[in-house]
Parts: sequence; C-alpha cells; structure tokens
Amino acid sequence: MNNTSTPLVEMRDICISFGGVHAVDHVSVELHPGEVVGLLGHNGAGKSTLIKILSGAYAMDSGEILINGEKAEIRNPRDARSYNIETIYQTLALADNLDTASNLFLGRELVTPFGLVDDDAMEAEAREIMARLNPNFQKFNDPVSALSGGQRQSVAIARAVYFNAQILIMDEPTAALGPHETQMVSELIQKLKAEGIGIFLISHDIHDVMTLCDRASVMKNGKLVGTVDVDSVTDDDLLSMIILGKHPHQKDA
Amino acid sequence: MSNTTETKTAPPHGLPPQDKGGPLARFLKATELDTRLLGMLGALALIWIGFHVYGAVFNGFGAFLTPRNLWNLSVQTSSIGIMACGMVLVIVTRHIDLSVGSVLGFCAVVMGVTQVYILPPLMGVGHPMIWIIAVVVGMIAGTFVGAIHGWLIAYRSIPAFIVTLGGLLVWRGVAFLITSGETISPVDQTFKLLGGGPYGAVGEVGSWIVGALGCIAVVVMVLNSRKQRTRFGFVMRPIWADYFIGGISCAAVIGSVLLVNSYPWPKGIVKRYVAETGIEVPAEGLFISHGFAIPVLILVVVVICMTILMQRTRFGRYVYAIGGNPEAATLSGINTKWMTVKIFALMGFLTGLSAVVASARLGSATNALGTLDELYVIAAAVIGGTSLAGGIGTIYGAVLGALVMQSLQTGMVLIGFDAAIQQIVVGAVLVFAVYLDNLYRKNAK
Repeated sequence: MNNTSTPLVEMRDICISFGGVHAVDHVSVELHPGEVVGLLGHNGAGKSTLIKILSGAYAMDSGEILINGEKAEIRNPRDARSYNIETIYQTLALADNLDTASNLFLGRELVTPFGLVDDDAMEAEAREIMARLNPNFQKFNDPVSALSGGQRQSVAIARAVYFNAQILIMDEPTAALGPHETQMVSELIQKLKAEGIGIFLISHDIHDVMTLCDRASVMKNGKLVGTVDVDSVTDDDLLSMIILGKHPHQKDA
Repeated sequence: MSNTTETKTAPPHGLPPQDKGGPLARFLKATELDTRLLGMLGALALIWIGFHVYGAVFNGFGAFLTPRNLWNLSVQTSSIGIMACGMVLVIVTRHIDLSVGSVLGFCAVVMGVTQVYILPPLMGVGHPMIWIIAVVVGMIAGTFVGAIHGWLIAYRSIPAFIVTLGGLLVWRGVAFLITSGETISPVDQTFKLLGGGPYGAVGEVGSWIVGALGCIAVVVMVLNSRKQRTRFGFVMRPIWADYFIGGISCAAVIGSVLLVNSYPWPKGIVKRYVAETGIEVPAEGLFISHGFAIPVLILVVVVICMTILMQRTRFGRYVYAIGGNPEAATLSGINTKWMTVKIFALMGFLTGLSAVVASARLGSATNALGTLDELYVIAAAVIGGTSLAGGIGTIYGAVLGALVMQSLQTGMVLIGFDAAIQQIVVGAVLVFAVYLDNLYRKNAK
C-alpha cells in the first residue's frame, strides 16, 4: 500500500454516542485511492454508525474528517454527496413505489430548461448505465418493488457508480444476494478499485474481506481493535480480533 | 399495468410490443390507458345512469342526466375537489389532515370579516379591490395554519393525526370566537361570482374559448410525447392509439362545453337581466347559456397545476419518494421535514381557496361552514385510489373520487332518499371502494 500518499479519506478520533452509549468511541480510519478497506465487527460494534457519519446520515459528536487532506464538513447526506461520497446501504434505501430511473436520480433529478423533471432523459441514462452493470435488466417501467433482490442491488450500485463516486461505502452489499450476483458485485468492486475509487466495505463475511479487501479495520463495542493488512493475517486472526478484541501482532498497517 | 407510481404516463416503451392477451388487453397496452382510471369512469357512468333510470322508472322523471343537474353537480364538487388535491399529497406522505373542514370555516370567517367589516369602512362599499384583498387574506390564513400544522408534525414530531385532530377543534373554536356565532353577510358582489350561479359562469362564448384551449392542450401533449420518444429512441405508441387518445379527450372537452351551454339561465334571472340591460327579447324567448361555472374552472386550474406539480417537478417526485420510503428519501438528501411543512402549507392554501368557493356560493360566511368536510375530502382521496399506507395516489383520481361521492349524494336527493339512507350509502361505498381497490392491486401484481 502506498501509505505515504495523502489518504482519500481520513476519519480522526471520531466519537458519537446515543443516550449515553458510546456507539463510536475515538475511532480513526483512513482510506487511500484504489484501496478497499473492510470494516468488520459484531452487530452493534459501531461499524455502520461510523460509516453513517461519513455518509452524512449522523452528525458526529467530536473528531474530524479529512477528504484529500482537507477538513470536510459533512452534516447531511447532501454534503457527503458534494464530496463524491456515495453509499450503498444494507437496506438499499430505495423508494419502492418509484421506478428505476427515479430511484437512480432521487435527489439529483435531471430537469428540462423549464425546471421540470425530465423522465425520458433519466430513463435513457438509466438504460445506459444498467446496460453496463446488469445487461439482462429490462424492467425500467416497473416500481422497484417488482424487482428481485439482485436487480434492486444493481439499481443501488448504479446510483453510486453513475455519479462518479470517488469514495464508495458499501454496507453489506452481498447480504441479500445469490452466488451469481455476489460474484457480480465482487467483479464490480475490482473494476472500481482499478479506476482509483476508494471503497469502505462493511461485511460479516470474513472470506469476502480476505479476498476483496486490502486492509481490514476491526471494531468491537464502539472501539477500534486495530487495522491490519489482510495479506499479513489469517482468517483466524481476524476472527479473534472480532470475537476477543485481540490484536494479532502489534504491527500497524 | 399497475400504474402505482404515476411517475410516467407511458409505461411499456422500450419493451418489444407483445401480442399476448385478447384484443382488449392489446388495445389497453397500445393506448397505455390506466385501467384503474377506466374502472372509475365506468363506476361513475354506472352511478349516473343508475340514478337516471331509477328516477325515470319509479318517479316518472329521470332528473339525473340533465344539463341542469350535471351543471349543479360540477359546482357542488368543486369545493371538496380542490381540497382533495391537497389531501393526496398529505396521505401519500403517510400523514392525514383531519382539520380541513375547520380550517375552511376559519378561512371563510376571516374573509367574511375582512370584506364585510374591515375593508368597506376604509375603502367604501363595493370597491373593486375588496374581493381581491379578501381572497388573498383568506388564502394566506389557510397557508399559515397549514404551515403551523406541518411544523408541529415535522419539527416537533407530533403525529399528524393528533396535530390535525387538535386543529379540528381549535380552528372551529377560533372561527366561532371571531363571529360570536353570527352569520357574516352580505359578501362582496364580485366575490360572490367565485361561487357560481348564473352570473358566476363564463357564458357560451367563454366556454367555447375554454374548450378550444383544452383541445389545443390535448394535441400539444400528444405531439410532445411523440417527440420525446423519438428523441430517446423509445418504442412509439401506434399512431392510431395517439389519434384515439387525442380524439377521445377532445370529444370529452367539446361534450362538456355543449353540456354547460345547453343549460339556460332560469326565466326569473333572464327577466331581471332584460330589465337591467334593456336588450330586446326575440319572439321565441331569450336563451342565455350558463357555460362553465367559475368554481369549476378554478378546480380545473388546480387539477392541472397540481398534476404538473406531482408528475413533473422535483417536489412531486420527493412527495412520492417520502411516501414510498421516508428513510431512503432522507438518505438521498431530501429534506423531509421541510417537505412536510410545505405539503401541509399547500394543503392549507388549497383549503383557503376552497373556502373562497364555499363561502362565495353561500353568499355569506358562518363558523359552521365546512363541517364534516374533512371526512368527505379524505374519502374522496381514498376512493380515488390514494393509499393510506403512503406512496400511491393521483390528483385526477382524488377529483374523480370527489365526483363519485357528490354524484351519490345528489342522486339520492333527486330520487328522494332521506339523509339517513344517504349516510349509510356513502359510508358503505367508501369501504367497498377501498376493498375493490385492494383486489385490483393484488391482481395488478
């Protein structure tokens, strides 16, 4: 890893608590261009919360976020988007009653010169991007509630890819998918990585993390157990970090 | 197609046309008509013909399908219809507004006081600005009340049901305090025209102008849709289908013009009019058409504006998105709280407008005006296909729902059913309509 360059994202000493519970407690992580960093931990370890701070869904109590070495103010999802941070949520965050194009462009609709939403232009763009990501996709005029899990996933991914994300957050991207679609997501991650996009990948699947990620940060009870190069650890090392909160060797990645 | 999202009026383009199903299915596919809309129009036709035939058979006179009744029906639907347009947004975003009837009463009273007690001493009775100021004041009052409700719901997290239930009591009470229970009249003469009546209609020539504008709009829309599809290379509707849609729409517009123009002024009004203007009366008598009533035109303008708002603007898209998945809407950067304030303010604005129509029609303002309207407005939206679970609903559906309800009530009055039976029927129809809608949606999936 080229740890000498300026990190794409640096989250320093982040704290947030909900009603006295320290959900994220002095956690620091960083992400470099073209790197995939896995975030591991039990349910409730604080990894989703940490990531929601970066995507603007939660406001942190203290700490700072640097994007390309500069301090970034992220107070809401709109701010995060302005830093080219895109998030694919575990729940996919789609409006079930709207069609693919409407979901793809939600919050960033294409408009005609009169300021009216241009559904046809959005559908044309949606067809183009979906043809790249999921060539079999045809249901452009149905609400996304009519789509399968994998199709919904590709809509959520298309949303992140279309707007030229520099920083991509994927929260359990393969949780609801079959083997074929999981493979598709893996290939996509490799492709985006090659384009120099930094990716935070939240996962429960140690195997996924070992194959897809460059580094892994493990959290437990809101605290960071440690960050390791996946090449320098075994599955068991990661497991013991998750379960016991034990750092395998005192080597910092 | 289920047409649940209403984000498009043009579902299956892009797909190769499939020749499955019978001729009817293929016809519907080619014309891309909303089957739900057809169902509602069918139900409406059934109600109208049913009442007419019942009247003809049992009372010896079918009074329903007459220009006079249909003209009155259109005027009576206006007030509820205007509010139902706003209620669609409220219900689509998973809220409810129980206060519209009381807010209508409050706005009417505010306008009444403004134009009867406050302005005439300042400007002189009959000053041409009085009615304009009164209308503006009333609509500002409605918007303001709606915004307060929206703020309490969005920023203070009080459920809409509670806020507007409180509003139902509060604003009726405020209206009573303002008037001390008295009726405020007479309202300004120009203001009165906004409620309809022989003078409050645009007449024969005016109606033809409205009709011509309507037909031009239909043609422009059909052509524009073809142009857009060519631009992006989507599959075209067959040309005959476009002719069919355009033709039917224009025929409906022209038909309604002919209808309102065939309803003459009553003899007494004509006599007075002749006496006032001194025009000559031809031998066969003077036939002066009503034409479209002004409140109906107000409703039409509201429907057009609200439909554009819901289908073609970001605001409308966000309304549906919030209804479909509030969390996803927030994560997409939509300010859902501010949207809630705007939606309720818009509901209040339309309630104010509805108050103009209702009190102008009555020729006075009372604190009881609009009592129980909230139930009719909600029922209209729901009969028109708005889902209380959120995310689904259309403006035209809600207005058709209002028309169905008003038709039932008018029809039962015409054939002499008493008030108790009217209530039973309207209540039963509401429940039955939602049941039918559930069945329809299940089949559509």
